[in-house]
Amino acid sequence: MYSSLASAIKDAEAQQKSIGVLALETESRDQARPVAEIRDALARALKVMRAAVDRGMTGDLHSASGLVGGDAAKLREGPAGPLAGTPFRDVLARALAVQEVNAAMGVIVAAPTAGGAGVLPAVLTGLAKARSISDEQVITALACAGLIGAVVAERASLSGAEGGCQAETGAAAGMAAGAATEMLGGSPAQVGHAVALAQQATLGLVCDPLGGLVELPCVFRNATGSAIALAAIEMALAGITFAIPADEVIDVMGEIGREMDVRYRETAGGGLAATPTGRRLARERMVQIKRSGV
Amino acid sequence: MVSLLDIIGPVMVGPSSSHTAGACRLGLLARCLVGGSPERARLELHGSFARTGEGHGTDKALAAGLMGFRPDDERIRSALEIAEREGLNYRFEKTTLSDDLHPNSVRLTVERGAHSHIMVGSSLGAGRVFVTEIDGYPVEVHGNSHTIVLLAEDVKGSIARIAAILADDNCNIATLRLSRKERGGDAFMVIEVDEQPSESVRDAIRSLSWVRWTHRLDKVSA
Repeated sequence: MYSSLASAIKDAEAQQKSIGVLALETESRDQARPVAEIRDALARALKVMRAAVDRGMTGDLHSASGLVGGDAAKLREGPAGPLAGTPFRDVLARALAVQEVNAAMGVIVAAPTAGGAGVLPAVLTGLAKARSISDEQVITALACAGLIGAVVAERASLSGAEGGCQAETGAAAGMAAGAATEMLGGSPAQVGHAVALAQQATLGLVCDPLGGLVELPCVFRNATGSAIALAAIEMALAGITFAIPADEVIDVMGEIGREMDVRYRETAGGGLAATPTGRRLARERMVQIKRSGV
Repeated sequence: MVSLLDIIGPVMVGPSSSHTAGACRLGLLARCLVGGSPERARLELHGSFARTGEGHGTDKALAAGLMGFRPDDERIRSALEIAEREGLNYRFEKTTLSDDLHPNSVRLTVERGAHSHIMVGSSLGAGRVFVTEIDGYPVEVHGNSHTIVLLAEDVKGSIARIAAILADDNCNIATLRLSRKERGGDAFMVIEVDEQPSESVRDAIRSLSWVRWTHRLDKVSA
């Protein structure tokens, strides 16, 4: 797989292909598997993503600790805000839904990780619905997202313990932004700008979950990560360019991750986890988890 | 090499790719050492596995893996009750194994019938796992290939014999690592192969008089 988005963009342009198709062909060569088989695996992933969105929207799920749950349904059915009825609000609801399923030990697709699993399904299925895009195109977009994630894995990290939340929901936002830009007709170069625009917005984002649990703020970071992806998509498709190439933005994300104090890398030693309320809630909830036998 | 399906995947029961899916895969690998669900297991959780494992269902996921459930199996949620119902005795302890070990690590002591083995493994993130030790021998197993592990007396020509058995089964060796604790002592072999070896490979290796034991570790990644 590619370790540079610039070379993927160059190859896609030279071969007049989308980055998604290029990703499928490259994976086929790397793994000695037919493209159809890879598409089938991605189709299964898409099915699981949609099921998680639907399950999470029902609003009756709660995590073992009781810290999160029921918020996707509020966006779906609660009072209208300025963005009521827009794809924006629908995407936020979908991101919360998937993460609420994840926190309740439901089935999700780690994309790239479980903690950042809400962004990609929310953005892709939400925009596919809004623009009546076929499943075949969404599957190609998932391949495009996979290529972007592979580049981040090679150049930086996809682990909150290594690189903070910028490596999980940040990477997910970059993947979703690039993939959806292409799905909506953007060029390979526009994919690069979308990735850079999304990833630059999450630089420095710490991983600070209460009690170390993938719940708070993870669930909400997936919604705000999706919002960042949508902003990047809108700007990239409008022809806005970001002067620092995506590869360099990803490199700097890796650098910031390596410099990040261990308190901000999934250890619950800093950030929101270490606030007075964060500590109190974590203490109370861990007692509850033990009592419920989880 | 990073695969698309490692990035868009695995399909898994939440909430954590490292603490839940990775833990399940480590259980699946330890299960292979005794050729089925262990009747007894002692699971020593280290680092972040010990600190936040309960909230992430790490204990359930490890038990599920030992019983052969995959990371996307919803029975993970009730794995501890299932194990109890099946009469399987799985005990969890919190400990510090060693300072240089990855923060998400576990030592699994598994017993089934006359077989008893010890495995140390880590969960590296995004569901990827790494086995660092089997029965005290240092190994490097990632579970993304079919792997054969065996303990043999240190006899000359042993590698050639094993390689010939694999070639006869049309298995291509991807990597081979050999370690021993001392000269003339037992040799520990870890062989990653491209194709799934047949049962006859295991039988053929077992029939060699100088092989103490051998097991096939399944591919546990997507």
